[in-house]
Amino acid sequence: MANDPIHQFQISKILDISIGGVDFSFTNSSLFMVATVAAATGFLAWATSSRSLIPNRAQTVAELSYEFVANTLRSSAGTEGMRFFPLVFSLFMFVLVANLFGMVPFFFTVTSHIIVTFALAMLVILTVTIYGFMRHGFHFLGLFVPHGVPAAVVPLVSAIEVISFLSRPISLSVRLFANMLAGHITLKVFAGFVATLTGLGALGFAGALLPLAMTVALTALEFLVAFLQAYVFTILTCMYLNDALHPGH
Amino acid sequence: MTLFITPAFAQTQPPGAPEAGVNVPPVAPESPELGHGAPPEGAHTEIGHEGVEDHGGAFPPFDPTYFGSQLLWLAITFGFFYWVLSKKLLPRLGGILEVRQDRIGADLAEAERSRAETDAAIAAYEQALAEARQKAGVIATETRERLNADLDARRKAIEADLTARVADAETRISAIKAQALNEVDAIATETTDAIVATLIGQSSPAEAAAAVATVRKG
Repeated sequence: MANDPIHQFQISKILDISIGGVDFSFTNSSLFMVATVAAATGFLAWATSSRSLIPNRAQTVAELSYEFVANTLRSSAGTEGMRFFPLVFSLFMFVLVANLFGMVPFFFTVTSHIIVTFALAMLVILTVTIYGFMRHGFHFLGLFVPHGVPAAVVPLVSAIEVISFLSRPISLSVRLFANMLAGHITLKVFAGFVATLTGLGALGFAGALLPLAMTVALTALEFLVAFLQAYVFTILTCMYLNDALHPGH
Repeated sequence: MTLFITPAFAQTQPPGAPEAGVNVPPVAPESPELGHGAPPEGAHTEIGHEGVEDHGGAFPPFDPTYFGSQLLWLAITFGFFYWVLSKKLLPRLGGILEVRQDRIGADLAEAERSRAETDAAIAAYEQALAEARQKAGVIATETRERLNADLDARRKAIEADLTARVADAETRISAIKAQALNEVDAIATETTDAIVATLIGQSSPAEAAAAVATVRKG
């Protein structure tokens, strides 16, 4: 149904694949994951193919994205954090391009499904936890005992720290997923008002101007949100990686 | 308003919950899908009906049916993305930036070297100029001194010559004066002798001379 704001999140099979009774079908979501990766990879490969000393516009964009992520990572996690640069850059580009693809009408928004954002968040948290233990051993648990806290309240503070650590993958994934979902629903609802009101005759046509203006404004806002959420995901990833590198607060 | 919100409500409410504004019985999630193409348009009831059936009852982002598929394809696509970026594209991009950084550094060093060269050239020029100026000063002073000395020597020679000639002239004047005075004595003696001879008829040149000498002394 054209006016149904949920329909856009519907997954439909393109190619039915089932392995061991589990559905691994190639769906529209898979298609847009492939499209996201293909677009991001293709752009970066094409933009940097000339390797010119004086960059053209495309190469400037590629270099800007590189330096943007590198500066974010370096300012949050220090120079040591640069070992995670490929991961952070991949996450940023994947989320950003997936979000921006979602802004194209009739395109599926990969990041509007909780399982995708949760998987990305778990990737970050597992990287942080595994690397933290590999590098610092049990000192990594010092993350949960902040310095300069009186001994009496350490158990309380540590409990809070543990809960906050465990809630990180949830907050990280829900923030991205909910932003994309809510934004697209809102956009669709207002756009639906326009479509329906214009069908009601001259008065409805005049009344449709307001939701139309809203739709235009929301579209701009959603582009901002698409970028901002990719950035927020990235900078939080950097801060969590900083915990793995320097657990002693 | 309810016309558009209803489908959303229909999804967020659990199946079987009372649905405000929709006058159709809730459809069970298991009901067969009608397919996505060409749903019947227009009727209020059909909008709610169609919406419910389309989603199979579950809110799509929370529907676990495709979790496995999404995870698998995310792993494949993101894994490939990570591999391509970390092995090919990011080293390439980093290389481009590094080469540029090196080039800028080299160019800056070259510029710095050129500047130092220019500074040295300016300093050498300044020094040569100062030396030339000093040399010119020395030459001017020497010339002036030489000319002054020359002038002094010539002036002194002329002065000495003039002094000699003045002295010579003075000698001659005093000689002439002495001679004239002697002649005055002789004339006075003669005149005295002649006057005495005329007055008393006898002449004594010796007495006349003595008298003149006495008068001149007195």
